[in-house]
Amino acid sequence: MKRLLLTAALAATPALAAPIAITGATLMTGQGDGVIANATLVFDNGRITALGAGLPVPPGASVVDARGRIVTPGIIAAASDIGLSEVNGVRETNDSAARQSAFSAALDVSTAINPRSLHIPINRLGGITRAVVVPDSASTIFGGQGAVISLAAAGPTVTRARAFQYMEMGENGARLAGGSRPAAWAQLANMLAEAQRYAANPALFDRGQDSGALAKRLDAEALAPVLDGRQALLIHAERASDIAEVLKLKARYPALRPVLVGAREAWLVAAEIARAGVPVITHSLYDLPDDFESLAASRNNIGHLQAAGVTVALGALGGIGGTAPFNLPSYAGNAVAQGLVPGGKGLTKGQALAAITANPARIMGLSDLGTLAVGKRADVVIWDGDPLELQSAPVAVYIDGVAQPMASRQTELANRYKALGRTDLPLQYPR
Amino acid sequence: MRAYILMAVGFAAAAAAKDKPAPPPPAPPPEIIAAPKDPWPSQYKPYPAQTTVIRGATIYDGAGKRIDGGMIRLEAGRIAEIGATVAIPEGARVIDAAGKYVTAGIIDIHSHLGVYPSPGVEAHSDGNEGTSPARPEVWAEHSVWPQDPGFSRALAGGITALHVLPGSANLFGGRGTTLKPVYGRSVQEMKFPGAPYSLKMACGENPKRVYGNRNQLPSTRMGNIAYARQLWSDATAYKRRWDDYTRRAQAGTAKPTDAPRRELALDTMMGVLNGEILVQNHCYRADEMANVISMAREFSYKVTTFHHAVESYKIADMLKAEGICSAMWADWYGFKMESFDGIKENIALVHNAGACAIVHSDDENGIQRLNQEASKALAAGRRLGIDVPPETAWTWLSLNPAKGLGIADKTGSLEVGKAADVVLWSAEPFSVYARPMQVWIDGALMYDWGDPKRRPTSDFELGQPGVGEVK
Repeated sequence: MKRLLLTAALAATPALAAPIAITGATLMTGQGDGVIANATLVFDNGRITALGAGLPVPPGASVVDARGRIVTPGIIAAASDIGLSEVNGVRETNDSAARQSAFSAALDVSTAINPRSLHIPINRLGGITRAVVVPDSASTIFGGQGAVISLAAAGPTVTRARAFQYMEMGENGARLAGGSRPAAWAQLANMLAEAQRYAANPALFDRGQDSGALAKRLDAEALAPVLDGRQALLIHAERASDIAEVLKLKARYPALRPVLVGAREAWLVAAEIARAGVPVITHSLYDLPDDFESLAASRNNIGHLQAAGVTVALGALGGIGGTAPFNLPSYAGNAVAQGLVPGGKGLTKGQALAAITANPARIMGLSDLGTLAVGKRADVVIWDGDPLELQSAPVAVYIDGVAQPMASRQTELANRYKALGRTDLPLQYPR
Repeated sequence: MRAYILMAVGFAAAAAAKDKPAPPPPAPPPEIIAAPKDPWPSQYKPYPAQTTVIRGATIYDGAGKRIDGGMIRLEAGRIAEIGATVAIPEGARVIDAAGKYVTAGIIDIHSHLGVYPSPGVEAHSDGNEGTSPARPEVWAEHSVWPQDPGFSRALAGGITALHVLPGSANLFGGRGTTLKPVYGRSVQEMKFPGAPYSLKMACGENPKRVYGNRNQLPSTRMGNIAYARQLWSDATAYKRRWDDYTRRAQAGTAKPTDAPRRELALDTMMGVLNGEILVQNHCYRADEMANVISMAREFSYKVTTFHHAVESYKIADMLKAEGICSAMWADWYGFKMESFDGIKENIALVHNAGACAIVHSDDENGIQRLNQEASKALAAGRRLGIDVPPETAWTWLSLNPAKGLGIADKTGSLEVGKAADVVLWSAEPFSVYARPMQVWIDGALMYDWGDPKRRPTSDFELGQPGVGEVK
């Protein structure tokens, strides 16, 4: 497995031209609150080879003048459906969920990722360079195996297939499991027991099957890497009591690597989450009792979690209308703003940037992504202002060291309709 | 049930003008039956207001004007004075706001707070009377739960008025109502006094999907239009019957028993035809907006605003010529087929064409940050070469929605004599780091970020986990 991953990583590094040196920039590295002013950032062959204040430009490098600009690591969306769904409301273009499938944990979203999705360039223009692609659960509490993708125009799009397993607890989990929270926990226990049985002896799995256990071979097989910790288990839970139950899983399944998703009431049990070493993927704008599992929702959630020592990442999660990955930088900015309110708990700018770069990389085990540091993949964004501000945008995006095109279907539409005046031919002809 | 209101109208003057000879003793005024215009009147009363002067702030007045280091005085619930300096009466509260910003309160022209409240459980789902494609007889206010926690969050986001609409399952969704985010024990205590009703209409995918799935009309876009035209035709006939009756009653030749039977659905439609009720039309696609404009011409009514108008940029010139506003998101796109062509430059392009641009939410979270939506739209326009000053962009949040709701004579800008609906911001309000520090509605301080006693908690949230936490 380890060797397979290594090979995949090598294959994902495209052959490249001359090294690129970004000069005169202010670097926000994704680590800590310090910045490196008047910095030079060099990358070659898809990897960062040098960075620091006033470093010389290596011979042969093409120079990008970034004086007055801020440079950050590429933004990583800790949750999204990029490449998995083209038009959410058009069923045949949406591969997020499979209500009628006979399988659940076995579903592998990497088989559906569309590198030509329009949402890849649209989000890349917002500085998103990688995205965690999360399936929805529909037939059981398990949604299947999610992926990490690259938003590079020329691909390769799948950075890591089968990066994690996704499942629902709380109200959704209860509904999917048959109608109650205990039913959801029973389904989880049963499926993990089946996975254990499968892992112990795959050949015997079918023969020993308990007809009441309702575990398909492929689903049990898919959960084996969750049990032994090779795959993280993303668990959607909102209510504090549901989160507390999730934290107990580690006592029973020591190798399990749970990651909380949503977690609107996490701040009520922040110390326990920190003690368990469980990271959280959430949204910075949850502040309403959307349902009975999120009565304590507050935009202070992230600040409390950070203060308790929890690794927090921001995802393009549901529940906030219009949420799109390209807004993640300003969602991070909102987490900073929350700390400026009397009684508010927020993040520093450095922490907020980490929540959309270093932390999602860490949660996904992407050790060569998420920060600006020598040896990391050169996912780099040059911004025209404070990257967390609403009015800022990237002026250049590099993925694996490759400069990305800065156009999308949206920019083409805007240019087509910029002037509405009638000419010799309709707008639908080239001008 | 007061289904009828008897209106005594004096015709003595008109009669006197006709009959030059000495008039006979005046006949008793005829009884004329009419549909009541406002049977559910506002019972909102402004809360006590202290005379307040804010000085040293940068002011965006909501009508497009900016005053640097300006002053404003709120007195008796109204804007009393605004400018470089204003008088400071004795006893006035004076706020030094150097480095801060003051704006007109934000008005959201498209909200479902109260009709789809939090928590969003089935028992609270009161926004779509999806039992017929045409339900103009239902009124959103009769679904509003005044204890929706969302009202407190909207207030904290600088909202001073909001328009609550029925949903878009139906071609004719019902009447919308304008509220203030001021908690009341009934919806009437939240109603914006004197604000006209609206009729929520919808085109496109939602009605045809909802009713097509039941194998009934409309199941197509042409079905949408056909159904709507028939109803407008019915409404026209209804209005004709009422106009005819009223004329005869005024002439003294019709008895009250001759009055047409009131049809509550057609009352609403007639209100539109009479110009008393404003049409708020959910419509995404440019071609469908053009169809609706033709329908409005055919039946002589006016569309005030197209909502969710993600393709307004394609027909911005037409919308300008028609005098129709567009209520838009900054960047929602692609979640359904009819939103596929949404672009971030939409708002700026509509504004740039000289048409009326409004930033709306349609969302209990978005309503808390409409300033941020406008900010993103401003930046997207700038990148396309459309440079709109921030004080001009503030019209998208205040004066333009006030116009779209027919309340621009009362609020929507910091002009002397208008309601003191004002927000004090901690920083430039298009910055992600800015938050409302204080919000005044009719001159009363209804929100203060530093004073828990000036932050409301809805009944629902009392005694619940997390109460008291800054949200």
